Amino acid sequence: MTEKAKRVPAGDAAPARFNPKALRKVLGCIGEYRGAMVLVVVCILLSAVASAASSLFLQTLIDDHILPLLAMDTPVFTKLIRALITIGCVYLAGVLSTLVYNRVMVTVAQGTLKKLRDQMFGGMQRLPVRYFDTHTHGEIMSLYTNDTDTLRQLIAQALPQLISSVFTIAVVFVCMLYVSIPLTLLASAAVFGMMKVVGGVMEKSGAYFVRQQRTLAELNGYVEEMVNGQKVVKVFCHEDRVREELAARNKAWEEAAAAAGGNANAIMPMMNALGYVQYILVAVLGAWMAIAGVGNLGLTGVDTLTLGAIASFLTLTRSFTNPIAQISNQFNSVVTALAGAERIFAFLEEEPERDEGYVTLVSAKIDGDGTAAECAEHTGRWAWKHPHGDGTLTYTPLKGEITLDGVDFGYTPDKTVLHDITLRAEPGRKIAFVGATGAGKTTIANLINRFYDVADGKIRYDGININKIKKADLRRSLGVVLQDVNLFTGTVMENIRYGNPAATDGECMAAAKLANADGFIRMLPQGYDTVLQGDGSGLSQGQRQLISIARAAVSNPPVMILDEATSSIDTRTEALVQKGMDALMKGRTVFAVAHRLSTVRNSDCILVLDHGRVIERGTHDRLIARKGVYHQLYTGAFELE
Amino acid sequence: MIKTLAGSLRQYKKGSILTVCLSILEAGVEIVIPLCMSGLIDYGVERGAMERVWEYGAVLLALALLQLAAGTASARICARASAGFAANLRQDMYDNVQTFSFSSLDKFSTASIVTRLTTDVTNIQNAYQMLIRMAVRGPVMTVFAMAVSFTISREISLVFLAIIVFLAVLLWRIVRGVNPIFGQVFRTYDALNNVVQENVRGARVVKSFNQEEGEMEKFGGISQRIFRDFARGERLLALNTPLMQFFMYACMILISWLGAKAIVAGGNDPALGLTTGNLTALISYAIQILTSLMMLSMVFAMIAISAASGRRVAEVLEEGTDIANPQHPVREVPSGEVVFHDVCFRYASTADRQVLDHIDLRFRAGETVGILGGTGSSKSSLVQLIPRLYDVTEGSLTVGGVDVRNYDLTALRSAVAMVLQKNELFSGTVRENLRWGDENAGDEELERACRLACADEFIQSLPGGYDARIEQGGTNISGGQKQRLCIARALLKRPKVLILDDSTSAVDTKTDGAIQRAFREYLPETTKIIIAQRVSSVRHADQIVVMDGGRVAAVGRHEELLETCGIYREVYQSQQKGAHGDD
Repeated sequence: MTEKAKRVPAGDAAPARFNPKALRKVLGCIGEYRGAMVLVVVCILLSAVASAASSLFLQTLIDDHILPLLAMDTPVFTKLIRALITIGCVYLAGVLSTLVYNRVMVTVAQGTLKKLRDQMFGGMQRLPVRYFDTHTHGEIMSLYTNDTDTLRQLIAQALPQLISSVFTIAVVFVCMLYVSIPLTLLASAAVFGMMKVVGGVMEKSGAYFVRQQRTLAELNGYVEEMVNGQKVVKVFCHEDRVREELAARNKAWEEAAAAAGGNANAIMPMMNALGYVQYILVAVLGAWMAIAGVGNLGLTGVDTLTLGAIASFLTLTRSFTNPIAQISNQFNSVVTALAGAERIFAFLEEEPERDEGYVTLVSAKIDGDGTAAECAEHTGRWAWKHPHGDGTLTYTPLKGEITLDGVDFGYTPDKTVLHDITLRAEPGRKIAFVGATGAGKTTIANLINRFYDVADGKIRYDGININKIKKADLRRSLGVVLQDVNLFTGTVMENIRYGNPAATDGECMAAAKLANADGFIRMLPQGYDTVLQGDGSGLSQGQRQLISIARAAVSNPPVMILDEATSSIDTRTEALVQKGMDALMKGRTVFAVAHRLSTVRNSDCILVLDHGRVIERGTHDRLIARKGVYHQLYTGAFELE
Repeated sequence: MIKTLAGSLRQYKKGSILTVCLSILEAGVEIVIPLCMSGLIDYGVERGAMERVWEYGAVLLALALLQLAAGTASARICARASAGFAANLRQDMYDNVQTFSFSSLDKFSTASIVTRLTTDVTNIQNAYQMLIRMAVRGPVMTVFAMAVSFTISREISLVFLAIIVFLAVLLWRIVRGVNPIFGQVFRTYDALNNVVQENVRGARVVKSFNQEEGEMEKFGGISQRIFRDFARGERLLALNTPLMQFFMYACMILISWLGAKAIVAGGNDPALGLTTGNLTALISYAIQILTSLMMLSMVFAMIAISAASGRRVAEVLEEGTDIANPQHPVREVPSGEVVFHDVCFRYASTADRQVLDHIDLRFRAGETVGILGGTGSSKSSLVQLIPRLYDVTEGSLTVGGVDVRNYDLTALRSAVAMVLQKNELFSGTVRENLRWGDENAGDEELERACRLACADEFIQSLPGGYDARIEQGGTNISGGQKQRLCIARALLKRPKVLILDDSTSAVDTKTDGAIQRAFREYLPETTKIIIAQRVSSVRHADQIVVMDGGRVAAVGRHEELLETCGIYREVYQSQQKGAHGDD
């Protein structure tokens, strides 16, 4: 069927590898909580000691208390009571430590995640538009969902367990040595054997895990695409076919998931059962040593192995293998989490949008002779504040004059999409771009607000090279209505106010009236307070464009860029909007990109673009009179595609 | 909800039951093992009887092997059963989505259906796996261990029974307390994802309006809320382990004390009372019981959290379809005649807005019908009734003289081809996309349809021609090209009624004209219904319907409407202004 379908029976994948670099970075993130982490580690240590002490206590209980008591004619229990109180205190310390580290760890884990999320989002805001062109939405979204989720498990669960396991293993190991060195050697050898056996299973499970992730991604991708096109599926009666195609992908995933899960689930019972085998070995050897009276070598010296010592040692072996089993059980999820962490860090390390601009926009008083001076209060007038290399400052009043001078541009260095574009838009003039899809109309608009930087040539705003202007201030002085309307969750009012957070309700409504949006907004259930959700999914395409025009109107900039701003509005409504648009455009410099030529007729200058070059320019009448490409386009005698 | 979900178990019911049985066996073995261990100490090591040590050792080894076999088998069977269950759930949901009417699709929204088919299914899979492996094992372990403990020492067992009940109550309270907190966390997660998604999609808007700081603040507020709620919930859950430890240690001290006294009283003689081996066993049982209790509380917390996912999945499974095949469906559409008899329509029976208001229209077979009207004048709603994407609320609609509700749905929709306003192409080659219209279409037919839709030329110029790849959503071709491909795809159905819902808006006037001419010439039998914004797209139509606010404002030919219909004239003039070149 499709290429995707062919890829479904996934081949053998390399097992996921442990990535120490990513782990170091994760630890680096936790660095802020260094103090808390020290406390956590100390508490884990105390807790591990208490747990080891509980295993050792059994020996003391039997050898030092019960057996001597048995020998007494009238048993005196005071010594036992004292011992119980002592161990009780140790236990209490252990419990408190466990409590402290568990609770502190929650703050550390959640705090680190919050920091990472905020960093990711902040970093994303600074990414250049180019990044969003080259990455799918799904890719970026999954950083915030799947990858952050697995990281949470790593920090909150796996990491403390790892620390605790390592300590427990170390402490128990010392205790085991304390009781008996030969038995410890035997137990260690047995654990080594266990690791060998389980390691094989783990590797197999790792390979299946990779396959499971891949088949799942494929499955989810298919679901997303098809559910998005569900209405088309129904119109074409394709229900049965998409069912079958899903079933094939579902089956492939099921096989991989069952294999991955089966192997991963088997690790714990295997470790358990092998742990019993080890237990038996130790018990047999211990018993033989005790019965044969072979000298036992412990850390305290040579003596004979006592009954209590064997009992204690056997409990210790359980405490020794349990954490090892837990670590191996966690291994695959740690590897998965680190793979996610690596993606998150790569995202954080993406090169941000650079802004070397130093010319800023300030509120200004303009004298009669046109000189501007900075002032603190809001005057409604603006000026570019331009510091020069020699330490002097100049102020240029904001007028809205844009010039392009020999501009070349390509989205990739090897493919130039704009060639030597030169134009001059005086304040208050309307410039229109006309041409086929891909002729470069939208690209010019993208260069003016510096979503992309020119490859060659210069763009100037009021005579200042826009590379010198701080991006935020440059964009503040430009109003944009884009072809694809994006609205945000919130009320209609909030969406309009997006253009200017300082605007009053009255100003927002005035802007809506200007865009001819007021009428339909008042028809909505709660009028201006109607909450829009899912990118304004309850509205028609045309209504969304009207809101987007109102949004630009409220920001009140001297320069407007209208990129196919009215493409989805029917022509009759457009005629009404046009009046508002004319009012909106009055006194502003306007760049308009339009598909319908009727909307650009009244422009002061129309540029006809073809393959990134200006092939004709002039007013509507002049271009019609010239009987060139524009004339052919206008009369429908020529197709630009 | 549980009954609905369980319906998807099917062939995996056996595996699930087997898993439960195996885990009971596993638990049983795990209970007997400490008994053997204490026997090994009491009768072997203690008495210096090496042969007893070997005997007990051999039994232990056999038990360990049995546990290994049961454990690994249940691991595999359980993984298979839960993965299979998840696959069934997903398939059942997807199958049901296929029967959804457009109103159900609107109700659930695409994003929500996708989440239910992906994340929610995974949540249920994980919870189910835990449920069949752990949830039964825990109580079984507890009961077994309690029983055995009682045979060893009644008095001591009673003491720790009391402690266990107390602990169980505490753990239960924690789980109960944690639940609503996590419910809140997941809702906040949705809000977080929503902000991210809006910002990814609207990156240009955010930058254009310099709203980076504002968006970061918005996001910061939500991430702070997640931090606060999540930490609150987890801090509560973090009580589990220390609590369990506390009671475990308390048990050990009590058992030590009571045990020591009992052993001393009985002289460490198995016949007379408690032995040191018994003491070891009692302590291991106590630990086992407490551990399984804690596991159980974790399982419950997890299941409670995934219950939300379960409800969401069940909603999709339980959604019935309001547009179904009739009992004795008509399987043949005789002609392309479309008649609206006094049709009224609302999107939901409860909605107070009448979308279509008493519509009476008759389109004869083979006619070309143009539909014009302003934004929100219900043009699309009108034509979506024809292939029965929605059902009329009042009145009736016939195609070929038969009420659409009496047709077999597949037969009706095969005869009525519709090019939707928001149309989708799918990832695959041009050819594969076209074959949606007719799976068996030969190259010649494909090319013919493409020529009619004026798509042949640009397809030939694509690298690979008809085998060129189309990206998801058709993002790698222009809007006009996409529209023409969608038209060609619809033509391949050889429909009796062809509906174009504003499907040539991105096509230039000249090509639009060529498509219209081709339709007239080559599809004389097909009723062509064309919604358009340009008068030029419909001016040659046999009749033009002008819609206004859900009503038919006027019907007639171009010249008639220019005379009689104010709205039409206004639209015409607004487009005509200065376009003296237009023929």
